[in-house]
Amino acid sequence: MRRLLLLLALCAIVPLQGARAERDPILVPEVSQHEVRVRQGFTGTELLLFGAILDPAGTRAARGYDVVVVLKGPSEPIRLREKAKVGGVWLNAASTDFRSAPSYFAVASSRPVAEIVDEKTAAIYEFGTRFIQLSPTGEIDPAEQARFSAGLVDLKQRQGLYKEDMNGVSISEGVLYQARFELPSRVTTGTYTAETFAVTDGRVVSSAVAEVEVRKVGFERFVELFALSQSFLYGLLAVGLSVGMGWIAGRLFALV
Amino acid sequence: MDVYLPIANLSVNGLVIVALGALTGVLSGLFGVGGGFLTTPLLIFYGIPPTVAAASASTQVTGASVSGVLAHNRRGGVDYKLGAVTVVGGAIGSVIGALLFRFFKSIGQIDTVISILYVVMLGTIGTLMAREAWTAIRASTTGERLPAAKRRHHPLVAALPLRWRFYRSGLYISPLAPLILGVGVGILTMLMGVGGGFILVPAMLYILGMSAGVVVGTSLFNILFVTMVTTMMHALTTKAVDIVLAALLLLGSVSGAQIGTQFAQKVKPEMLRLVLAAIVLLVALRMLYGLGVTPDEIYTVNPL
Repeated sequence: MRRLLLLLALCAIVPLQGARAERDPILVPEVSQHEVRVRQGFTGTELLLFGAILDPAGTRAARGYDVVVVLKGPSEPIRLREKAKVGGVWLNAASTDFRSAPSYFAVASSRPVAEIVDEKTAAIYEFGTRFIQLSPTGEIDPAEQARFSAGLVDLKQRQGLYKEDMNGVSISEGVLYQARFELPSRVTTGTYTAETFAVTDGRVVSSAVAEVEVRKVGFERFVELFALSQSFLYGLLAVGLSVGMGWIAGRLFALV
Repeated sequence: MDVYLPIANLSVNGLVIVALGALTGVLSGLFGVGGGFLTTPLLIFYGIPPTVAAASASTQVTGASVSGVLAHNRRGGVDYKLGAVTVVGGAIGSVIGALLFRFFKSIGQIDTVISILYVVMLGTIGTLMAREAWTAIRASTTGERLPAAKRRHHPLVAALPLRWRFYRSGLYISPLAPLILGVGVGILTMLMGVGGGFILVPAMLYILGMSAGVVVGTSLFNILFVTMVTTMMHALTTKAVDIVLAALLLLGSVSGAQIGTQFAQKVKPEMLRLVLAAIVLLVALRMLYGLGVTPDEIYTVNPL
């Protein structure tokens, strides 16, 4: 009996999947550079995310699709503090913890997200800075949580780390799409994921992921590793450097 | 000229940082203050994370003090004995300071504590110095003679047990006085990320009653060692010393310190004190204003 039910269920699913596969487009994403090297003189960079939307038949997509690209940097747990005026002095009052605040978050879409999908879908796929899933911890008061999230987004936006560009994706001939993202020099190193979504009739029909590795190389990498793993030697080096430079300057000026 | 700072994780204009170093270097040579009380706030204002700013500023102050100490040493302006006593106090103080720092940081009030300390300390010292320097200047312009240099230490200092001779300072006092002073300055160095010279110089003059000629050199000598300890503490605990940032600051400040020291000998000391008092008061007022006015950032992010 159970086996029969399972069989029936399978029969019901398989044709459905087949139908979807026929209808849904395939996304072929690509990134201008898979590795961003942070080294001396790094002042930020521009990433170009592009690709093609293909119908399963291999021809160009017959219908119009909207494309949304979400680029996310590595997440980290943070504590967000909020200042308030207490007795005439501004000091940190309330605080809240987020388990996964992305260090970088950018959304680009071919049309304003509100015109493409409804609120619920946008929230599920994080189509916008107000939909970032921050995983708050501790007691959750929705109103307070919303205030803190908005505060974080506003802060990161002004640092150029959170971005929304509602016309950032351009689609040519219904086949090729491209989006540009600015990475400022203060980006965190790590693996960045660029997820591309094809949307039609308010429904996400296809998605694909591309990864970008942001890492320090050469001297910068060496300094970072040195400071972390050999902190005592690093401290001595810093002290030595300052004493040495001070001493040399003293000797040089004594000659003048 | 863009330079990427590997620990601060951002790129800055190298020339701006060198200029900033030079400015604090001149101050350091001129007044015997480390200049950290200007470097740290300016670096933060420039967008460098506060911990990195404080840690790297203390490294820079070391360099500026070396060249300052050397310059003062050439004319016998350092009391090494008294300096060594304050250094011992400073080492004890920086350990206490590190514990306090961690405590205030864990309850999220470190920024407020620092600002209030700045306002109170700088405000008091600035006012005292300005008043003293002003009287001296007015006396010299009217030709009226001040009651002949009645240099003496605070009555409390005289009450302390045990007495040592400090020849260069012209003092016969208890070593506990400079030791306690050193502890206090050490705590402030760790908490405020400054060398503490702006407290040490007036304290040496008005509390210990040291002869003015060795005050600046001895203060720099103390700052030199205390900031070395602080740099090591930061390297080991916060890991926030950015060696590239420190090197840029040093480039400016070691040259600035030399210029400042040479200039200091051509200017009347009371005039110097008046200018320093004005700068100190200015910073204090700016901090006071910052405490009361709505901050640019209501929210701050702390990694867990």
